[in-house]
Amino acid sequence: MRTPALALLALILGFFALSFQALPAQAADCTPDATTGCVQGIIKSTTGEPVVGAALELTGKGAKQQTTTDDNGRWVFPVTSAGSYTVTLDVDTLPEGQFAKSTTERTVQATLFQSMSALFPLTDDPAAAASPGGGSEAPDSGASDDADEGTDGGTEATPETKPSASNSFSWPRFWQQAASGLRMGLLLALGAVGLSLVFGTTGLSNFAHAEMLSLGGILAFLSMQITGNIWVSGVIVVAVMAAVGWFQDAVLWKPLRKKRLSLTQMMIVSIGFSIVLQNIFQFFFGANILRIDPSTPKTVTLLGVTLTVQSYIAMGIALVAIIAVALVMKYTRFGRATRAVADNRPLAEASGIDVDRVIRSVWTVGVALAGLSGMLLGLVLNGIAWNTGWHYLLLLFAAVILGGIGTTFGAIVGAMIIGLVIEMANIWLPGDLKHAAALLILIVVLLVRPQGLFGRKERIG
Amino acid sequence: MTSYPYDRAALRASLAGLEQRPGVAKPDPILVADNVVRRFGGMTAVDVDHLEVQRGAITALIGPNGAGKTTFFNLLTGFDRPTPATGRERASWSFEGRSFSRTSATRVARSGMIRTFQLTKALTRMSVLDNMLIGAANQPGENLFVGLVRPLWAKRERENVERAEELLRRFKLDKKRDDMAGGLSGGQKKLLEMARALMSNPSMIMLDEPMAGVNPALTQSLLEHIESLRDEGTTVLFVEHDMHMVRHISDWVVVMAQGKIIAEGLPEDVMGSRAVIDAYLGAHHDQDLGDVINTEMMRTIEAEIEEEAR
Amino acid sequence: MDFWTGLLQAMLQTALSPVTAAFVIAAIGLNIHFGFTGLMNIGQAGFMLVGGYGFVISVMNGVGLFPALLISMAASAAFALLLGIPTVKLRGDYLAIVTIGAAEILRMTARLAGLSHITGGPSGIQSTRFREQFNALSPLPEGRTTFLGLDYFNTGVDDWWSRIVAWAFVGLFLLITWLLIRSPWGRVLKGIREDEDAVRSLGKSPFSYKLQALIIGGVMGGFGGIIMSLPATINPDGMSRATTFNLWMILLLGGAATILGPLLGAILFFVVRLVITSVASQYVPASILNAQQAEILAWILIGFMLMLLVIFRPQGILGNKKELAFND
Repeated sequence: MRTPALALLALILGFFALSFQALPAQAADCTPDATTGCVQGIIKSTTGEPVVGAALELTGKGAKQQTTTDDNGRWVFPVTSAGSYTVTLDVDTLPEGQFAKSTTERTVQATLFQSMSALFPLTDDPAAAASPGGGSEAPDSGASDDADEGTDGGTEATPETKPSASNSFSWPRFWQQAASGLRMGLLLALGAVGLSLVFGTTGLSNFAHAEMLSLGGILAFLSMQITGNIWVSGVIVVAVMAAVGWFQDAVLWKPLRKKRLSLTQMMIVSIGFSIVLQNIFQFFFGANILRIDPSTPKTVTLLGVTLTVQSYIAMGIALVAIIAVALVMKYTRFGRATRAVADNRPLAEASGIDVDRVIRSVWTVGVALAGLSGMLLGLVLNGIAWNTGWHYLLLLFAAVILGGIGTTFGAIVGAMIIGLVIEMANIWLPGDLKHAAALLILIVVLLVRPQGLFGRKERIG
Repeated sequence: MTSYPYDRAALRASLAGLEQRPGVAKPDPILVADNVVRRFGGMTAVDVDHLEVQRGAITALIGPNGAGKTTFFNLLTGFDRPTPATGRERASWSFEGRSFSRTSATRVARSGMIRTFQLTKALTRMSVLDNMLIGAANQPGENLFVGLVRPLWAKRERENVERAEELLRRFKLDKKRDDMAGGLSGGQKKLLEMARALMSNPSMIMLDEPMAGVNPALTQSLLEHIESLRDEGTTVLFVEHDMHMVRHISDWVVVMAQGKIIAEGLPEDVMGSRAVIDAYLGAHHDQDLGDVINTEMMRTIEAEIEEEAR
Repeated sequence: MDFWTGLLQAMLQTALSPVTAAFVIAAIGLNIHFGFTGLMNIGQAGFMLVGGYGFVISVMNGVGLFPALLISMAASAAFALLLGIPTVKLRGDYLAIVTIGAAEILRMTARLAGLSHITGGPSGIQSTRFREQFNALSPLPEGRTTFLGLDYFNTGVDDWWSRIVAWAFVGLFLLITWLLIRSPWGRVLKGIREDEDAVRSLGKSPFSYKLQALIIGGVMGGFGGIIMSLPATINPDGMSRATTFNLWMILLLGGAATILGPLLGAILFFVVRLVITSVASQYVPASILNAQQAEILAWILIGFMLMLLVIFRPQGILGNKKELAFND
């Protein structure tokens, strides 16, 4: 009875131990809940760069707090009682040539359970600068952001994916987005294979799979800090993630299978596990975007498409890995055994396949691939954050379902399609809504062909 | 209850006069099936050209393992869909004159053809009485809005409880009335499922291996229940392996092998026919031992899959 | 000593807060989905958002309070149908994936700067801007009232009137749930949770019942969103996946498939959380654990508790192991 719990505890402690060498948490985050409200914002210079280190002060309700903007220009004050607060921007801490545009002081009506944002637009025109103290009343909404958009900030940091302005179709842009789509598809495919294989062999929809991507990226960041070599780091990431996969199955999932938990229960366990992991990441790394490769990304233009060098390399690695996986699944004994288990577990068992071993290997390989995917994603997006994986969860599921849940080949094709579609949709849709395109595909697939492109009908009922 | 003037001797006599070949027309068919084909991958599990089931009779559907009996059953009751056939006529069947070619399991059941399952589907975490009540077809309180207002359904509920108790008494389950259905023995679950199926007074009841997993002591009473159903006018179609019991209670026997109907006839005649012996013995004659083990294995595997899917 | 009396006060305040009531209502809806029907909805916050914004935007466009309620209910029902029709015939996971995805997309949509003239963008809409008609319905006299040491305006923003209405809705929805679950309709729902094929073989359509359950639970979720918006603001981040996970925690803690589970679960959840964070902030120096870190730790604890609950006590506090919501 107690084993799974103890194992779980050990696993979680392991993660703690693993992450202890991390940077001190920068605490630039706040989650609104029953006892907390958040007053927050992002300060960006006129060129769109985040302003780092600007000082702000919050007063009100007898309290006084100070903070500075973090690497992303973000600032946040948690408040523990509702009421009116005043946020003041210290103009002296702004970079050279940047001035507060309309006001240096905002009054915010804070409530528990909510995030309130206050906007401090900047100008490079000294004449338009506001005198300290003068300010309008209610906060504008608009350019604020919350922690969840961390990764999108990362996306914007890469030169080739400029914040999309809708309705601006042009052929160069089309090809550019197609290339991004290809890139996204390849990276998604790496992540989706593990999700699909685990589903195929155990029936579990693993909501914590996305956190394996985040973990891979974070590990890459850590090992880059230590080794400074991206290739060595890559090897370390894959090796450590494989071990994580192995242990995860050994201490968590296998005991639960032995305990005969229903698939629904296992799925909720995976959701709980996902919450735990995300918050562990956040505890140690805050809401910061971790730059795996701190050097300024160089870009290369091929056939009119501009991507960073990292992107090309990442695509190459992903492609090689995917081909390798496909070959392994098709031609090796392990691949055949995995397919047999996914196809008909009792039959596979009866014909002498060690199902538990196959599942263990699937976890190992799947999580290693997810880790690789997370690392490459971190390189391509020029940063990884505690919730990066979460943002790709829906895309991963959409890819897996589109391709046919439980099939390797399907997951790869599904991921390519999803990657292309969401990046192309970006031409017309605002960045945040590209997930909506994925959801739409998902709903249509479920309506028209729920077994997916390559799936078998019997699996879904 | 569909009242059917029952006269077993007359029924037997009329059946005895029929030509004993697959697909023969019956004097008063309640169910007619045509061109029912189901393929799994490359394997044809069911390929039935024509079948009629006589009203008021007990028809047994027999055949060796893997003959496609249960699949055929699933197709008839809407739990599976026929494979769209190319180059031949579309599957269609009619029940009491109504066509069913594209009907859901729900609609099939509502029109009066209720089935049971080989692996019982008792609602394990509900009481035996609730299991029975859910079988009733006439409870207006099953509508969301009616359900909110108790007086609109309380009277019917009382009637249904009475009927349920009567059926439970008949199947000797009345002592278990308030127990969770999951706590019943395998045989009791079979009885419960049959009793539940009767709650809606079906005109036809389809039993998928009613004897499987039932201990010998209960077998006799199950047989009696099935016979008394027919005596009250309910048409019975059942799948069974046990030849002995088939001979004992059925009025007509349909034999399937490899997805096709290979013989039809009176139990005493058909059981001795060449085709049937071949079909049954073939499984042991012509095949080597490995194949036999495989079929057995497939069966347990199927059972396990069913179990898991639940 | 002051700290402890203050804490007791705060506990009472939390237990009676309209936000707690909103969570109870949304959890009752989730209970209809998961507890009684077995539907895996991991996007209840999405229903809250649809219902809440449906109501607020309608009121602000001047359709009147009661038509706005109807619009809100219709919006929740439409959302349920949109997500339910493609998925409820399939394995349970599909509904889970679609609901969690749709809820996040809705939240992001509501945050879009381009829509801020309608939704108020990330900071949402202050309740002062849509509460006028609601306040006009208040039978309470002007002024403030102190009751059990709690002092609020009778009618205003964070007031007694919202509390009364919120808890009246809790009572109403508990009553409706009770009526539904004891009815033959509820029996069919439980049957579906147990074995869909058995119910199908008896002539009931699981598809239709599941959709009905999804709609009812979703509309309740929508009401949760409305109640949540009354005391202060409606804003997208107040109805995020964190909200959904809290609701699951509440439901599983109190006991899925019990009538009073959501009520007990919600009050317990918020009060215990309050006690832990207050005690932690009182006795653990901020240099070791600051407010945000405590918050994150609380979430780690919640995730962990969720796992342990599901593994070791899936029936929750009030539940009966014999009538467990999980299928085996």
